[in-house]
Amino acid sequence: MGDNTIIQLQNISKKFDDEVILDNINLTIKDKEFMTFLGPSGCGKTTTLRIIAGFLESDSGQVLFEGKDINNLPPHKRQVNTIFQRYALFPHLNVYDNIAFGLRIKKMKEKDISKKVHEMLELVNLKGFQRRNIASLSGGQQQRVAIARALAVEPRVLLLDEPLGALDLKLRKDMQVELKNIQKRMGITFIYVTHDQQEALSMSDTVVVMNDGRIQQIGTPIDIYNEPKNAFVADFIGESNILDGVMLDDFKAKFSGAVFQCLDKGFAVNESVDIVVRPEDVDVVPVEEGTISGVITSNTFKGVHFEMIVDIDNFKWMIQTTDYYPVGSKIGIQIEPDAIHVMKKSEYSGMYGDYSSFSDELEHLSDITVEEEE
Amino acid sequence: MKKKSLSKKLTASPYLVWAAIFIIVPLIFVVYYSVTDGNGNFTLEYIMDIGKYKDVMLNSIWLGFIATVISLVISYPLAYIMARSGANVQRTMMILVMLPMWMNLLIRTYSMMILLQDTGIINTALSWLGIPPLHMINTQGAVVLGMVYNYIPYMILPLYSIMAKMDHNLIEAAEDLGANKLTVLKDIILPLSLPGIASGFTMVFVPSVSTFYISKKLGGNTFSLIGDVIEMQFKSANNYNLGAALSLVLMVLIIVCMMVMNRFTGEDDDGGVLI
Repeated sequence: MGDNTIIQLQNISKKFDDEVILDNINLTIKDKEFMTFLGPSGCGKTTTLRIIAGFLESDSGQVLFEGKDINNLPPHKRQVNTIFQRYALFPHLNVYDNIAFGLRIKKMKEKDISKKVHEMLELVNLKGFQRRNIASLSGGQQQRVAIARALAVEPRVLLLDEPLGALDLKLRKDMQVELKNIQKRMGITFIYVTHDQQEALSMSDTVVVMNDGRIQQIGTPIDIYNEPKNAFVADFIGESNILDGVMLDDFKAKFSGAVFQCLDKGFAVNESVDIVVRPEDVDVVPVEEGTISGVITSNTFKGVHFEMIVDIDNFKWMIQTTDYYPVGSKIGIQIEPDAIHVMKKSEYSGMYGDYSSFSDELEHLSDITVEEEE
Repeated sequence: MKKKSLSKKLTASPYLVWAAIFIIVPLIFVVYYSVTDGNGNFTLEYIMDIGKYKDVMLNSIWLGFIATVISLVISYPLAYIMARSGANVQRTMMILVMLPMWMNLLIRTYSMMILLQDTGIINTALSWLGIPPLHMINTQGAVVLGMVYNYIPYMILPLYSIMAKMDHNLIEAAEDLGANKLTVLKDIILPLSLPGIASGFTMVFVPSVSTFYISKKLGGNTFSLIGDVIEMQFKSANNYNLGAALSLVLMVLIIVCMMVMNRFTGEDDDGGVLI
């Protein structure tokens, strides 16, 4: 265990009515780290957070805080604080008294409380709001009060449960930057739960991708994006074409009926693998110059680029280009060795990465679905 | 616009007619009788007579208050436990709370008599155990017990409904900020349930203060409450004017009590009864 480890989860498992929610979670969280639990609805990320906060007890396993077992410590004695999904501000108290709540429990002097509250209001850009009623605040302002309230008691670790889920897109982006700044300025650990991969990638030092109650991958945002461990991670983070392939030899992969140079090695000869190619990493060339070729079945203008669905050997690829190609035309494709990522076969192989049923509308729907866990 | 307001009026009209016939008109009669004498001449004589009944009135308010406080003390933890239980337990407990209300008040009060009499069920049981009998019937305590027994559902229901609505995240947030169970109760649950307390307080206090049946059956003839005095004026003394005057004063007193109560629980009591 490293010196700067603050929280450790060891073999955490949890069941609700025989349904496995968490399956043997092991995780080390470093001090001052911005860690994000990322995953779809019901993957167990909120449950993990609640176990760290002390609102839930795991069926087995241990939570260690600086090496000490805190399994039996009630929430009010833990040095962690939570920002709740719907803020959970006390409606009968004004902004000042909400932020002062934890300080009064600590029996701080009223003079020091006042100083701290004003300091916190400044931190979250709500100067002059102390006498305001909670009900009179907008969602974004309530969010800020919730952050100020949690940070006022100077926790070592702040737990954030989808804190931006209820805000509109513009505000969400602003708050992402602000949260990241606050985390740096306060120098404390943030553990952040979200189902929004963009949010996770842009804010975190470390991303923990979860699904089916298990950790799928732990890594930096760049690692997670460039080196996904399995088809689930590749599909969940960004867009991916995930193809069945065979490793002929080190640095030599065969898929879509052609052999490509790649940078991956260490697989058995002729081992079946999953191949990931990101839509933006595909080079579109004239048919005769392409390693493989296909027919464009749809093309959508996305602003920065065009997003095409291309039928290559009955597999639908997503390809993003800045040049326009009409639907129905035939194009050639080249893929650079560093654009190919080879993964071992997993339980998720074949479940993701084909865009044959892809529709913009569907994607949109899944984007705005507000997640309800438990 | 006009059409809409007309249809609104029509929708409300059955109740307006009802209210006019059974609330407004009787109230006018009460006021009329209380400021006139038997011949219909204006007089404040009966209202001035109230002084004679001061003790009875204060005693009624006092007993009603005690009954209300006892109901509150019993109901509050019960409502809390109910609101925190699983759906099935909640349903079962709700039925148990409601069950007595399906029976007539008179029958319920009679059953209390059978329990409390000197030779009643409780004393019989005590004598089997070799404990000397307790005199319970025809005491103020018995009357308060009757009030609590009869009206406690009206305390439990508003408390339960406000506690069931309470966002559990608030309790977790308070614990998260370092509050122990007692602080959570004192600083979060209690202030947030004030509207329910005010509502329950009103619904138990008002009928308790003005009851006459409970005091008659369980208090015997040892003392009377203001409700008994008023009933007597209308039924045996045939003095409608004094009865009306007493009713009017009692009503005003209850309104004053409620206003004090509402002041105490704060302005924004959305679940409370406004008077």
